[in-house]
Amino acid sequence: MRNLWRDERSWTVLLLVLAAFIPVVAPMLDSPATTGLATRIAIYAIAASSLNLLLGQGGLVSFGHAAYFGLGGYVVGILYAHWSSGDPFLGLIPGSNDLLVTMPLAILVGGLGAAIIGALSLRTAGVQFIMITLAFAQMLFFLFVSLQAYGGDDGLAIRRVAPVLGMNLRDPATLYWICLGLLALWLFLMDRVTRSRFGRVLAGVRQGERRMAAIGIRTYLYKLVAFVIAGMGAAMAGALMVNYARFVSPDMMHWTKSGELMVMVILGGLGTLVGPVLGAAALVGLEYTLSGLTEHWQFVLGPILVVIVLFARGGLMGAVRRIAGPPALHNAQPLPPAELPPAKPVPESAAHG
Amino acid sequence: MALLLEQLLNGVQLGVMLFLLAAGLTLVFGIMGVINLAHGSLYMVGAYAAAVTASATGSAILSLLAGLVAAAAVGMALEYVVLRRLYARDHLDQVLATFGLILFFNQGMVLLFGRQPLFVDVPEALQGFVRVLPGIDYPVYRLVIIAIGLMVAFGLYWLIQRTRIGMLVRAGATHREMVRALGVDVRLLYTLVFGLGALLAGLAGLMAGPILSVQPGMGEQILITTFVVVVIGGIGSVRGALFGAVLVGVVDTMLRAYVPGLLREVMAGSEADALGAGLASMGVYLLMALVLLVKPRGLFPAHA
Repeated sequence: MRNLWRDERSWTVLLLVLAAFIPVVAPMLDSPATTGLATRIAIYAIAASSLNLLLGQGGLVSFGHAAYFGLGGYVVGILYAHWSSGDPFLGLIPGSNDLLVTMPLAILVGGLGAAIIGALSLRTAGVQFIMITLAFAQMLFFLFVSLQAYGGDDGLAIRRVAPVLGMNLRDPATLYWICLGLLALWLFLMDRVTRSRFGRVLAGVRQGERRMAAIGIRTYLYKLVAFVIAGMGAAMAGALMVNYARFVSPDMMHWTKSGELMVMVILGGLGTLVGPVLGAAALVGLEYTLSGLTEHWQFVLGPILVVIVLFARGGLMGAVRRIAGPPALHNAQPLPPAELPPAKPVPESAAHG
Repeated sequence: MALLLEQLLNGVQLGVMLFLLAAGLTLVFGIMGVINLAHGSLYMVGAYAAAVTASATGSAILSLLAGLVAAAAVGMALEYVVLRRLYARDHLDQVLATFGLILFFNQGMVLLFGRQPLFVDVPEALQGFVRVLPGIDYPVYRLVIIAIGLMVAFGLYWLIQRTRIGMLVRAGATHREMVRALGVDVRLLYTLVFGLGALLAGLAGLMAGPILSVQPGMGEQILITTFVVVVIGGIGSVRGALFGAVLVGVVDTMLRAYVPGLLREVMAGSEADALGAGLASMGVYLLMALVLLVKPRGLFPAHA
């Protein structure tokens, strides 16, 4: 078991190091757009990895993860709007265009949103949980659509971003390295979290919540903390995305975005460290390629997703393991989805133990 | 007063449509344990089939049949090809596969009929207004929708509580393995139940055509509201679906009708309208949160 973890971590590092050369190599290969694409992948990888903490580790199928992604984005957007207009938010909080200010605030707001939505949603389990997280995300979507002061449906543009520690965020390569660095930091954090006592309890909740409750663990709190951590990660990704696209709109929290994040996690490999990163790369790459071929790329992507879910168990990481996997590693494979017990609503009394 | 009654009827009419969708969703989940996001796509298929038939033939009866048949056929084909393989999987796989189906269906409709919404006329026999109370006229078509919805509700009650198929459905919902062990062709039963759910979704879709516009993505808008209905009513419970649907329909309609007006008293007109519409859209989700705080398993939990 230790071997494999060491394996996965070491080639996560390798992957990140290789990825760091993209802005150097891309112009040589005459495809400067690659850096932008890689930035998007790095940002989505953070969001997908944060969702993986819920889906893969905790077995909590949250279908509203784009809400926190969008919340993070809107914190940056709204603070920028107040910075450029000069009047403070709610008459109290001055605006800002400094990422060092806006990003921590975005993470805070994302965590706060996740705490509120999570506290309510986690009263349920199974299908209800899926539907409720989706519904709350949709509620936030409608709220931001209706906020005319912040662009409503059309969203907000962010024109001038202050340099961060002397680095110009307008430069694609600089922004990419910042995103990649934060991705590395986030993956390190996720690795620590999943192997901590907290992570073990979370995995226990996935495998049998009643059992965890029976040995005296308040599963509700563990799930809520996981929910908040995941929300913070998604909000950080959202803040980065707004800095990259220089634009924020309710589309960031549309329910299809939540679906895409789930697809990334599954595509890459549920419950693995590097899987969500591979999944993000695969989905962004697939969308980019297909949309270059046809305007109706979703018509092709849809069936591809169905086929992947039906026949390719374990995602890309599963495939990598099947090719490379000597029998010795077999035991250490994370649970394939079929072995995840279909979440049954746990009686309230048990859940709160 | 006249406005209030009119909005109340509008609310019930929306509720009835939501019920048709929620009943199928909740039956399919209660019996097969499958969460089907593509349920909204079946609603869209029904609406498109009816709209296209209506514009080609001009016959209301034919377009009704086309909508029902198309939705049920597509639904059963979907069950046979994809969903059947998902029964044993966990919810995550089900969500993802049916998410893929949504992309496929929405884009498929764009390919076939373009992005422009189709507009459908109310059938000639159902045009006009009827006086429901002195001084209050209400469109016949919407009253017919309410009537059909209530008939379907009674029909479903009868089917589930009083017939042999209904008995199997109820048995399947509580002890799937036992029903299979007793020699019932569970696969056929599943396909039929799925077809019934698809038929009801198609019925809702074809009736929605003349009221809303028929366009790609129309299914998801209402599907998410249907989720709210199912969660409020209690998953797997048809009775809960009916009460939840009418509750959500009335609350949503009332908020949409009155919140912008109330806001206009305190702020500028256009801004009040936008914020009001947003707050009204949020209303049903807040209602759901409230219900969950009191009864986490919904108002009418299926297997209490």
